[in-house]
Amino acid sequence: MNMNRDIETGATAMNAGRTPMTMIQALRSAMDVMLERDSNVVVFGQDVGYFGGVFRCTEGLQKKYGKSRVFDAPISEGGIVGTAVGMGAYGLRAVVEIQFADYFYPASDQIVSEAARLRYRSAGDFTAPITIRMPCGGGIYGGQTHSQSPEALFTHVCGLRTVMPSNPYDAKGLLIAAIECDDPVIFLEPKRLYNGPFDGHHDKPVVPWSKHPMGEVPEGYYTVALESASVFRRGKDLTVITYGAMVFVAEAAARETGIDAEIIDLRSIWPLDLATLVNSVKKTGRCVVVHEATRTSGFGAELVALVQEHCFYHLEAPIERVTGWDTPYPHAQEWAYFPGPERVAAGFKRAMTT
Amino acid sequence: MTERETLRLHVPEPSARPGHETDFSYLHLSRAGEVRRPPVDTPAVDTEDLAYSLVRVLDDEGRATGPWASQTDPQLLQRGLRAMMKTRIFDARMLIAQRQKKMSFYMQCLGEEAIAVAHALALEPGDMCFPTYRQQGLLLARDDVDMAEMMCQLFSNERDPMKGRQLPVMYSYKRAGFFSVSGNLATQFIQAVGWGMASAIKGDSKIASGWIGDGATAEADFHTALTFAHVYRAPVILNVVNNQWAISTFQAIAGGEGTTFAARGVGCGIASLRVDGNDFLAVHAASKWAAERARGNLGPTLIEWVTYRAGPHSTSDDPSKYRPADDWSHFPLGDPIARLKAHLIAIGAWTGEQHDAAQRELEAQVAAAQKEAERYGSLADGQMRSAAEMFEGVYKDMPEHLRRQRQELGV
Repeated sequence: MNMNRDIETGATAMNAGRTPMTMIQALRSAMDVMLERDSNVVVFGQDVGYFGGVFRCTEGLQKKYGKSRVFDAPISEGGIVGTAVGMGAYGLRAVVEIQFADYFYPASDQIVSEAARLRYRSAGDFTAPITIRMPCGGGIYGGQTHSQSPEALFTHVCGLRTVMPSNPYDAKGLLIAAIECDDPVIFLEPKRLYNGPFDGHHDKPVVPWSKHPMGEVPEGYYTVALESASVFRRGKDLTVITYGAMVFVAEAAARETGIDAEIIDLRSIWPLDLATLVNSVKKTGRCVVVHEATRTSGFGAELVALVQEHCFYHLEAPIERVTGWDTPYPHAQEWAYFPGPERVAAGFKRAMTT
Repeated sequence: MTERETLRLHVPEPSARPGHETDFSYLHLSRAGEVRRPPVDTPAVDTEDLAYSLVRVLDDEGRATGPWASQTDPQLLQRGLRAMMKTRIFDARMLIAQRQKKMSFYMQCLGEEAIAVAHALALEPGDMCFPTYRQQGLLLARDDVDMAEMMCQLFSNERDPMKGRQLPVMYSYKRAGFFSVSGNLATQFIQAVGWGMASAIKGDSKIASGWIGDGATAEADFHTALTFAHVYRAPVILNVVNNQWAISTFQAIAGGEGTTFAARGVGCGIASLRVDGNDFLAVHAASKWAAERARGNLGPTLIEWVTYRAGPHSTSDDPSKYRPADDWSHFPLGDPIARLKAHLIAIGAWTGEQHDAAQRELEAQVAAAQKEAERYGSLADGQMRSAAEMFEGVYKDMPEHLRRQRQELGV
């Protein structure tokens, strides 16, 4: 793992040639690079083999690497993760796809009791170097079973790493870092960002990644270090701590309110890069925590606690939280649920008025 | 119009509770030598009769009989007998040590020794078992696992190879083909399938062996394992140890009533056997058969080992509250050690004197191992690993938050 914090983005590009990629193409490229580099890497999950995944993230990989390295799995999340743990014990690095994050629950025992604790309980005799990819978040009219953001369920589990990229460049570099990591990594992919930097204005067309600088992705191998946050937007009025799709929503809110927000994209949700967010909050004195997941016991609660623990005497206003509501993700009312730019802007204003 | 009977919920019960005698006819035993032995490449669906009968080799006189009786080397049988005796002695001593508060908890495998020991002797170096907490025989059958080291874990002392993080009996011996035991039941069954798949993906020749009890077959991981093992024709042996009891629940509560656990396999397209688990020769022969299938790309085998949990579930359990106290003495498949001993004597490869000498020698070995282990402490004297180690190994490299927490604890 590259922990070099001197490089501000945490990224080390070893290949200068960049190509426009969607997040889907970037993720595929990461798996392609790792299947090529490491014969112990295997990729499997529901629909990921012949068809290439319902979101097409693994398209063409089976043809290129063969059926014994990229293959379809039965509809059994527990079985997919359980076999991945067994493969890890053998010495493989399994990269598995849970078709939607909403479907991971049957695999909970294998993730929480097995993958996360195997190194610890066996005193390092066995490890689970597995990567569990899962699309998350709403905005596609997926209702309560295709929209959830369950990151807090993973961050509560010791031994797991939980990662969520916000753009194609980070997605590829983080996925390669996750596959190379010897710890189990939960890799959450905000599906609303697969094709462009969606900013929460659901009534407006989304700019494609091909027209966004973060859609420029090196073709070869590079990593974005785990446990490194990025300062997505520099600002002096307040600090926004967020990740995934809400990075672009926060950017829209800053643009539309004229509030000069410094936006921290955590990228690695847990374990996280505490120094980057603490330094920012100490500088601005104000903090807004934003996530799409439900509020109560959400990861925002942990972020608020960390900020008050480390920055209390620098705070000039109470820390604000902007999140999804504490309801299941509704179908028809999804945009009333989604914490869009208006709700985030209102949070900014509250943080500025005290 | 006739009146319909109202609906009734059926909750299975064993045939006897404390104070009565169990009717073991529910086991539907076959006679020794009666059940056929098909070729190893037999199609899974053709094993249906084997899933409902019982493969047995040793008859009541200790003679080996029928198609599963192979020309087993008497030396291997002697080795197996000694390993079973060693396992029983080890368990007995550790039970006493637990009563002396030298460890928090213990689980013995009394009455089930033949299954793990004979199976271990049927595998090859490099194969990997995914055991439950009652397969210590897999380790004790080997010459390369140090009993004193196992005891250091049991005593949670300063030489505990699990560094004090894991319960006493939940060993991990990668070098001895023994996967880290989990307290969450059934999880290892599907992991065994994954390990076998990995071996096949890499074009290796090693096979996996997964273990589960009758009770835990009710978990989803059991059924998932059967599906994945069948789908990918994984080189794996899927062992169900049916010892009749899951803590206080009789095997009928796990779904054994009117059917067998082996029968689950046939429906999933897996070759399945139901075998006398207290018959060392039957266990060894069936394990060899399944291993040959697995190694020959012929697919997985599910084996139900019929046995009896002679002791309590653990040192925290009291079976006299829920089953007849003398149940084991009536169990029709007997004691695996006594049965193999009788066979070896019958074929002239063992004597009562040899047996007594072996017993004394093994008792001395186990006692010496315990003495050695206790040099490094036990739970009773608090000579244990440092609390600072609690924070290590959660991740490969310790993240900042754990450094802070270790600092907060002041270690």
